[in-house]
Amino acid sequence: MKKQDRRAADGKLGAILSDLLASGGVRLVDLTQTLSPDFPTITLPPELGQCRPVRIEEISRYDERGPAWYWNNVSFGEHAGTHFDAPVHWISGRDRPDNCVDTLPIAHFIAPACVIDCSAQASADADFLLTVEHLAAWEKRHGRIPAGSWVLMRTDWSKRTDPVAYQNLDETGQHTPGPDPDCVRFLVDQRNVLGFGTETIGTDAGQAAHFAPPYPCHYYMHGAGKYGLQCLCNLDRLPPTGSLIVAAPLKIRAGSGSPLRVFAIVPAHATAASAK
Amino acid sequence: MASETAGRPRRKNPLLRTRQPTLPPGSRSRVALGLTAAAARGRLELQVCRGCGAVQYPPREACVSCLSHRLVWQPQDGCGVLTTETVLRSAQELFFRERVPWRVGMVRLDAGANVIAFVHKSVARAPCRVRVEAALDRAGQAVLIAVPENGRTQLSDDPKLREMTCDPRHRKILVTDGKGQLGQAVAKALAAAGADLIWIGRAEPWKKTAGFEALRELPQAAIVPLDVTDGDSVRELAGEIGAKVDILVNTAECHRTFSPASRRGVETAQLEMDVNYFGLLRLAQEFAPALKARAADGETGAVAWVNLLSIFALSNYLPHGTYAASKAAALSLSQALRAELRPAGVRVINLFPGPIDDEWDQLVMPPKISPAAVASAVVEALKGSVEDVYPGDVAQDWLARNLDNPKALERELGEPTR
Repeated sequence: MKKQDRRAADGKLGAILSDLLASGGVRLVDLTQTLSPDFPTITLPPELGQCRPVRIEEISRYDERGPAWYWNNVSFGEHAGTHFDAPVHWISGRDRPDNCVDTLPIAHFIAPACVIDCSAQASADADFLLTVEHLAAWEKRHGRIPAGSWVLMRTDWSKRTDPVAYQNLDETGQHTPGPDPDCVRFLVDQRNVLGFGTETIGTDAGQAAHFAPPYPCHYYMHGAGKYGLQCLCNLDRLPPTGSLIVAAPLKIRAGSGSPLRVFAIVPAHATAASAK
Repeated sequence: MASETAGRPRRKNPLLRTRQPTLPPGSRSRVALGLTAAAARGRLELQVCRGCGAVQYPPREACVSCLSHRLVWQPQDGCGVLTTETVLRSAQELFFRERVPWRVGMVRLDAGANVIAFVHKSVARAPCRVRVEAALDRAGQAVLIAVPENGRTQLSDDPKLREMTCDPRHRKILVTDGKGQLGQAVAKALAAAGADLIWIGRAEPWKKTAGFEALRELPQAAIVPLDVTDGDSVRELAGEIGAKVDILVNTAECHRTFSPASRRGVETAQLEMDVNYFGLLRLAQEFAPALKARAADGETGAVAWVNLLSIFALSNYLPHGTYAASKAAALSLSQALRAELRPAGVRVINLFPGPIDDEWDQLVMPPKISPAAVASAVVEALKGSVEDVYPGDVAQDWLARNLDNPKALERELGEPTR
């Protein structure tokens, strides 16, 4: 990011923060799933390389291995649990500048969010696809999606606490909602968003391997230097607009992504989407 | 002591102390371990003199006939005459003290040697024709047992000798993975063999595999969450059922088909190691203490731990190089586990099947052993009295080649496949 852009972004952030504070206080909403071995990781054909699931191995727990202290060794793939996708994750984003989690601009760690409620549609159809028409309807009601903001697709998928229902796999693969290719292109080309976030295991729909191009959200977003957030939760506790997302991935050398703590700063008086 | 095997053992009285295991005398000279080495594979072998051809027992450093030291262990058919017998009614050894009366006899083998043997209850009174078999006792040492010469006699038909087996009948058994074909076949075979309860482990429930749902139709089956790559998962299950498990059959495995240079990175090899080696270690840490504590818990106490290894554990097979290495690591660990469980009398049985007719051995040329045949071998091993089983023709062939010349086998298996 150029210096003046960064200053502008910082200025914009300051304005949003002061608006938030002036609005009568804020509350924080945790958008993160607990990192746990029980939380499913992405499934790929077994002959391909696999994302290591979360594993927590005890080093000592006030015992002969360490009398006064408790600690664990943890291991996981960069794309386990609630995690961040950097542009370098996808082949289309491999030559973008500052495309890794250790080099991406720190100014992007805090950004406004637009929350698009697709919970009713996703509940009716696991393969529901978000389209440009849906975006137009949302903008008509809540205003234009600002450049540099996160677009978060609320599906209430995170409420599927049974991992089998969460993965929703059958013989034809995964069935989870996501954006269609035109929707992604619109967000990238027409709205210049910061990134796209979902409650499911990927930013793309479960059947997106069959789209043109395959995995359009990864392909277009990362190709344009945008980010992804997935396995989010509590999106139903966010207002459609007005909240700030704090999403700072781990500073992994040349990392393609990382599990992270994501939370939202929400105006105290704002009505959560689910309350409407 | 033991009641008739046909009936269901009575439930344990929870007010009584769980008795500690006692073992038959376990020390043997190095040369006498030759008998144990053969018995561990289910064979009777005796020393035969290359000088004069005499067959001798007990094992010695030299031939009793001609003093030659050129003695070789050779398989014997064990046929002979039970010339005399007696019944032990008192004993100083704690193991026998708890079990007298005990039938013992002397057999004159047709091959020439006289041997002392335990006498199966189905053998007529001496003198009569018998066949002598070698079996492993609860201390893991070879003992000789006289059975009727004709027909197939199960050790477990004699309540006293049943203790030398790990018969799955009426037992509660954990099969650590039921998602694979092998685990499914093992669960079904154990159910058919009369197991009372079979816990079947399932990792990553969101990945469905063919045949798994059919396991629910087994009346004895209980599906339990178990992922051997997750210490918490293993600990949780051990906490819930560890004190009930009589037999653990570790069917969890990860099989990929890469040679060291055919796959970049170590991620896949790590996964193989995590399941095949560390998985066994995690299971051992959580379940072995519970099994040891229940080794003398009545007629259905904890008796056995079965590992599904691979003939590839003996010598590396290049196309499955990293898998073979992880199985070799598991073999080594199983030896440690065996030594750790032996003082309690819990037997560790290793199976070394050749290529199995399943997904990951798709490109291996036949003959391949079917999962059902491996499962039968598991049941047979438990009903018998062995430690090491090499089911199928390929496994037998590799075993023979490995015993004959391990270096030659290494070279043969390292040749690029045609």
